[in-house]
Amino acid sequence: MMRFSTLLKHPADWMTGKGADNAVVLTSRIRLARNLAGVPFPGWARKEQRQQVLEELRPTIEGLSCMRDGFSKTLDSLSSVQKQVMVERHLISREHAARGEGSAAIIERRQEVAVMLNEEDHLRMQAIRPGLDLSSAYEMLDAFDNEVAEAVEYAFDPELGYLTTCPTNLGTGLRASAMLHLPALVISDQIGQVLQAVGKIGLAVRGIFGEGTESLGNLFQISNQSTLGESEATILRRLERVIAQVAKHERNAREKLLEDDPDMVCDKVGRAYGVLRHAWIIESKEALNHLSLIRLGGDLGFFPEESVLMCDELLMEIQPAHLQIQNGKKLGAEERDGIRAEIIRSRLQTLEAPDIHTIKKQEGDDDSPDLGIA
Amino acid sequence: MDCDKCGKPAKVHLTQLVGGKVKKVVLCNECAAETGVTDPTGFALADLLLGGGGEHGVATAIPRPPGQGRACPECGFTLDDLKRIRRFGCGACYEAFRDQVKDMIRGMHKGASHCGKVPDGLMEMRQRKLRLGELQERLDQAVTAENYEEAAGLRDEIRQIEESMANSETPS
Repeated sequence: MMRFSTLLKHPADWMTGKGADNAVVLTSRIRLARNLAGVPFPGWARKEQRQQVLEELRPTIEGLSCMRDGFSKTLDSLSSVQKQVMVERHLISREHAARGEGSAAIIERRQEVAVMLNEEDHLRMQAIRPGLDLSSAYEMLDAFDNEVAEAVEYAFDPELGYLTTCPTNLGTGLRASAMLHLPALVISDQIGQVLQAVGKIGLAVRGIFGEGTESLGNLFQISNQSTLGESEATILRRLERVIAQVAKHERNAREKLLEDDPDMVCDKVGRAYGVLRHAWIIESKEALNHLSLIRLGGDLGFFPEESVLMCDELLMEIQPAHLQIQNGKKLGAEERDGIRAEIIRSRLQTLEAPDIHTIKKQEGDDDSPDLGIA
Repeated sequence: MDCDKCGKPAKVHLTQLVGGKVKKVVLCNECAAETGVTDPTGFALADLLLGGGGEHGVATAIPRPPGQGRACPECGFTLDDLKRIRRFGCGACYEAFRDQVKDMIRGMHKGASHCGKVPDGLMEMRQRKLRLGELQERLDQAVTAENYEEAAGLRDEIRQIEESMANSETPS
């Protein structure tokens, strides 16, 4: 079994965008909600019943071939900081982190498949892939779901589909989402319009940690809301199409910003670089917003390509629980702001100042070389 | 749940036998007072609901105090719990509160019936379970009637189904 320290030391490839075009769409995520037939849902079950579900499901999930050498812990055996780290890595939900006895988290060793036992439903499973790739994430989780269904009997109704604690998940139990980085749409003030259009077709837009969270660092999550009355394929197709469209808008907005107002873009990216390079105390929110601009600069060619990857790693490392676990102790907000600034400064040391001169020159050329804008 | 007369939140739940059939009505406090349903004598649900008609049988109105309401036979989750937390207690609650479910999911989803994935083998498993129950009952009857020849045949059939179920549960 994988230890927590191993999990911590080796972030998944999808978290840092390895092996995919993740400049705009960082990750694609699929979540399925399932329950066992004949047992009350976790929120209504008695303690012994929850325990019984855990004892039935945990060995079943752990025994699946893909879970070999994976991570498996009951939530009462993890500290609150450890649980928070897992939230920051999107391996468990905030709601799940609040739970203890009777709940568990089981994670496949590449961290592409993660299972929560006794969250709001008996089983919440997710699959994550880097870039825009909902269909392969779904395929992976669908196969996993089939394996589980061979071993247990799900609560299922021919009319209502998979039965879930909350009726908003009925039917397919499928929530598909993608995380998008949309700085150019925000800078050019088009974001409201785009997100409104997305909302109108019945999709939800949220901040980076899901329901009820604000958008930080120009990161947005788009997901389906309706789970009943359509097949999985229809839901995924629509969502993937909309996300591809939003990503295209972002691409166009990046291109247009460079064309129309290169000085403004250079100024924003340069200032973000300056602050992060020299700040000694920095709050999470400010850091995320500046890192967002460095990430944009990386995509536009102001910095070497690897800087996008560096930003994604930093986005994770500078979050509160990550800072505390790295330092091995509980830190106050002020201490965290100091350590956060230190980590960012040290990582940015090897990053040269933005190559603004070249960018502006390239832009004047008619047969301009690739600026990284597809 | 909303009042059957005016649509305001309902507080009074009534169950009545009309012509041998169970009828259910929910009302808000005002409508309940207006129709006099809180007086259990001489009230006819059918009159209220169906606008009169002589086919009602025994008129026994059972007003329920607020805070109770119908309960799921499997897990005891009540209609009141459902209204309060907008979540369900177990899979069987969806059957127990099927009417409320319809109201709740209207506008929540693209449709009202599932057209996605069906768990592999679930339907088959259910049918086998039903068939097993049936056979077991017949076996009991045959044994009671000392009809041993039939009992032996039934026992073989049961064994066969049980074996095939065990086989399909173990992944190859």
